[in-house]
Amino acid sequence: MKISTLPGFSAFLLTGMCFLCAAQGKPEKTEPASVYSELEKAPAKYQAKANPLAKDKDAVAAGKVLFEEHCAECHGENALGTKKAPSLRAPEVQSAPPGTLFWILTNGIVRKGMPVWSKLPEPQRWQLVTYVQSLGPVEAMENSPPAKP
Amino acid sequence: MSLSRLSHLYVLLLGILLSLAGAGILVAQENPYIVAYDHNLEEPGNLEVEYYSTLGTQRGGPTFHGFWSEFEYGATAWWTTELYLSGQTTFGDSTVFTGYRWENRVRPLKNEHWINPVLYVEFEDINGADKILKEVVGHDVESDFLTPNGEARRETKREAELKLILSSNYKGWNFTENTIAEKNLTNSPWEFGYALGASRPLALKAAAQKCNFCPQHFIAGVEMYGGLGDRYSFGLHETSHYLAPGLVWNLPSGWTFKIEPAFGLNDNSHQFLLRWGVSYEIAGFGQKVSQLFKGNSK
Repeated sequence: MKISTLPGFSAFLLTGMCFLCAAQGKPEKTEPASVYSELEKAPAKYQAKANPLAKDKDAVAAGKVLFEEHCAECHGENALGTKKAPSLRAPEVQSAPPGTLFWILTNGIVRKGMPVWSKLPEPQRWQLVTYVQSLGPVEAMENSPPAKP
Repeated sequence: MSLSRLSHLYVLLLGILLSLAGAGILVAQENPYIVAYDHNLEEPGNLEVEYYSTLGTQRGGPTFHGFWSEFEYGATAWWTTELYLSGQTTFGDSTVFTGYRWENRVRPLKNEHWINPVLYVEFEDINGADKILKEVVGHDVESDFLTPNGEARRETKREAELKLILSSNYKGWNFTENTIAEKNLTNSPWEFGYALGASRPLALKAAAQKCNFCPQHFIAGVEMYGGLGDRYSFGLHETSHYLAPGLVWNLPSGWTFKIEPAFGLNDNSHQFLLRWGVSYEIAGFGQKVSQLFKGNSK
């Protein structure tokens, strides 16, 4: 590439990036019910899976560390949800079988913006499930107290 | 535009990006590969700024240092787009800008499967002095790198590159296989290449406290890559092949460090390459930029 073509290319690139970022900023128009309906799509064999780390004394603490590193950015520090992603303190999530949450983590909901987390090894995904379900349900985000994990 | 003005612009761009880094921290979970790709895409709205170096030895020529920056953006959960800017220094010769690449990776399937395909499309506008060795295709050999920069940079290469990435995660391991097809958009034949990789974190469970040196933050692996000839002369002969063990350190602060020595497996390959990289992931970059243009919508 000639150096003189760089300004034109840079302008093209910046325009493209602005377009992409603007698209990214649009909040997803999804009702809470439709978000949580993804939980029902977990295959039966996953729903029946027991959490192998349910009795692991370090799983909640380790899950909290993982949550802060990978999940809090979208779901909020207390898992109460943000504009980007729904609350994980909703009764639908808190009462879901652990295997269902594991399935969601493994597969993501890529068409709705939830990334695939299969890059985390299985034990780390179970640690996350253990932590999330240790937080307990909170019905409405507005009245929710800070989480005490 | 002179090279020095270009470098000032580049530093300015990096400054703007790093000032947006306050948007949030998200720990990357990078695999140690430098050539091979797995099926894990960038999280939507995140920007990963990366810098990589390749220090290469040459029989019959001076050592070179190829370097490139990557700006990797998660456009959606199923589409990652990335811009590369590359250059190189050949010791005893000169330092030159060698061009740009624009790549896109798309995940066609909604769910995780035993083998996960990702489609990769890249456009390259580089010159003949490019020495980053981001992939090996066709009949790429060590002696291609002996042409002096002044002469090599006059060759323009506008190329399309397609990859089929097939990757699996199993019991903490990642296994990936990339098939590469590259075509110079002038009247040149399709060239082919491959990259294979396997990697695993040093620990599968996370520690119960935040730590920089916990074994789960280190992922070790190995990759093998090389050419497969072209459509008229397909095969493993008359091309180069490398075996490269690597290690990546994903820090909780969002920084990632990679190092990978690569060893040439035949006489057509560079005997030794030392590759390293550093990257920083800016979480919520897309939203932050969007707010800059729209004002704070909270």
